Amino acid sequence: MSETQIEAGPHDADLAPGDEALDGAGVAQGAWGYVIGLALALGLTAASFYFAGGKLIWAPAIPAALIALAIGQMGVHLVFFLHITTGPDNTNNVLALAFGVLIVFLLIAGSLWIMANLDHNMLPMSRIMAMQR
Amino acid sequence: MTAVAHGHADRAPSDGGPASTRIVVGYGFWIFLLSDIVMFSAFFAAFAVLSGNTAGGPSGRQLFDMNEVAAETICLLVSSFTCGLASLAAAARYRFKFYAAMAVTGLLGAVFLGLELHEFIGLVARGAGPQRSAFLSSFFTVVGCHGLHVTVGLLWLGTMMAQVWAKGFRADILRRIMCFSLFWHALDIIWVALFTVVYLMGMVQ
Repeated sequence: MSETQIEAGPHDADLAPGDEALDGAGVAQGAWGYVIGLALALGLTAASFYFAGGKLIWAPAIPAALIALAIGQMGVHLVFFLHITTGPDNTNNVLALAFGVLIVFLLIAGSLWIMANLDHNMLPMSRIMAMQR
Repeated sequence: MTAVAHGHADRAPSDGGPASTRIVVGYGFWIFLLSDIVMFSAFFAAFAVLSGNTAGGPSGRQLFDMNEVAAETICLLVSSFTCGLASLAAAARYRFKFYAAMAVTGLLGAVFLGLELHEFIGLVARGAGPQRSAFLSSFFTVVGCHGLHVTVGLLWLGTMMAQVWAKGFRADILRRIMCFSLFWHALDIIWVALFTVVYLMGMVQ
């Protein structure tokens, strides 16, 4: 029965991802955290859509601004919805996340890098077709 | 006597014995979610490489309806919020609030899926199906894979409501609810990457 309780406090070794150390404050404080998270997420989303459509910022900087806003919003989701924090009860969760982020970065950046290089070193399609004749 | 009390208070975190089932299950599911995100990142890499290769066909700028994308985004964000409320209600054993929050979550998820299906059917009807160009193949793969995850999530959501109704807030049911809410929040994170990389960047280019 004890395992059904969301354990919190200095005596506990770890916290499951998604669980929050409420310290006895209960449901109201938990709901307040979700309200803050939703407000931040909606604000960042609105900013993304506004920057993409509007003429507010310098056009070549828009992709960088969008990526920055998206990373910020993912952080908001991780902290307020998934309750991944930097606390000592979250070490395992954060380490797993860090490894996941490393793999994601290697996969995406590596693919873009290699494919751009191949594309740069390849003959234009018309030349390839001419050589095959 | 004092030594015993003392030893309990400042023991190292790793001396606490085996972790509870809830923590082990949650951690294992977190690892699964991260591997799912790694899989998505492969689809994202494919899309990023192929997004310019329209083979003379329509580009994202000509195809995307940003109002629809904004509506989908709001549905998914609010459903993530209500999913959080449902997990709070489950932790506090509030039955009715749990059902209500889960029902709203499922409804918003269904509206999201409906909008996405509407978009896909519209694209195919305009001759912009997945076989038109490399850009559209990768677009349907990455967005469709997310939609498939949402569909599975909706089935899971219905199962959890039925299980709470039939079995109550048992320890194993509460662990499944925790895993479901982690899954649903992770889908929202993937959608943030999707609407930024696929839709907004597609409109800018």
